[in-house]
Amino acid sequence: MAATGDNGDGHPTIIIIPPLFDEANRMRRTLVLMMHALAERGHASILPDLPGQNDSMMPTQQATLSQWRGALASIAASRREAVLVASWRGGALIDDAATGAIGWWRMAPQAGASIVKTLMRARMASERESGQPATLDSLRAMAQAGSIALAGNRLSASMIAELEAAQPAAVSPLRLATLGDAEGQVAGSPLWLRAEPGEDAAMATAMAGDIARWAGQCVAG
Amino acid sequence: MADNAQMVEAVLRATLVDMLGLSPERVAAFEHGTPLFGALPELDSMAVATLLTELEDRLGISIDDDEVDVEMFETFGALLQFATAKALN
Repeated sequence: MAATGDNGDGHPTIIIIPPLFDEANRMRRTLVLMMHALAERGHASILPDLPGQNDSMMPTQQATLSQWRGALASIAASRREAVLVASWRGGALIDDAATGAIGWWRMAPQAGASIVKTLMRARMASERESGQPATLDSLRAMAQAGSIALAGNRLSASMIAELEAAQPAAVSPLRLATLGDAEGQVAGSPLWLRAEPGEDAAMATAMAGDIARWAGQCVAG
Repeated sequence: MADNAQMVEAVLRATLVDMLGLSPERVAAFEHGTPLFGALPELDSMAVATLLTELEDRLGISIDDDEVDVEMFETFGALLQFATAKALN
C-alpha cells in the first residue's frame, strides 16, 4: 500500500483503485506519480493493495471480488475525512463498495467478463506456443473444478464466477473521464494496454488535475 | 463500429500505437510485410490476449478463439487481413 499527503485542510482523500491483475502493473508507476501530483494539490491519497494483489501476503487463490469489496468498504469507513474514489478499468467493479464516498471518478471501466476472457486468452496463447493449446471451454471446466492459473494469477472458481458476472455498478455523483485532447478530456494514452510497462508524468499530472477538479465540485455539492 | 476497410485499418493501427507505445507516425509506416509478434520479444502471450480483446471492443466484433493462430500475428498484413475479414463479414 502507498499513501501520500497529510490532509489537514478539508480536501477529500482520494482512494485509488487500480486496474486488476496485469493491467495494475502497467499503471502502477504512473498512479504513484499521480499521487504526488494530487499531494501538490492538497489531496492525500491512498493506493491500497487489495488482498492477494501486489505486496499483499494473502495468496491470490484465496481472493474473491466480494472480499475486495469488503476490504475497500472498511478502508473507506475508517477515514474520518471525506473520501472520493478514483478507479481504473476493473477497479470500477468494486468501487461502489465505498458507500460513504462523496463522489466517484472512473477511467475506462471494464466488464469482468472481458477481464476473464483476456486472462484465459493469455493462457491459451502461451499454450499454443508450446504446442498444447487449451480451449476456452476446457479452461472454463478447469476453473469450475477448483482453481486455475491464468497469466501468473491463480484464481479460485468463485473469483472467476464473480468476475464473469461483474459489471461496474451505478454510482453517483460520477465523473467518467475520457482520454483525448479535447476540452474536458484527459491528455494521455491507455497505459493499461502497454506490452512494456512505462510511465507518463504528463498524464499523471493531467489525471490528478481532473480528479482534484471533480473532488472540488463534489465538495461544493 | 468499423464498417469499411480504411476504418478497420485505422482502428488496428491506433490499437498497436496504444499497445506498443510507439508514435502514430512509426505505426503509420507499418506495411503488409512488417513483422509484428515474432519480431518483438515484449509481445508475449499476454499481449496477444490484450490485443484480441481490445480489437473486439473497438471493432464491435466477436473473435472465436478457434480461429486464432500464431501466423495471424506474424505480420501487420496478416493481422489486418484477419481484422478486416472479421469486421466486414
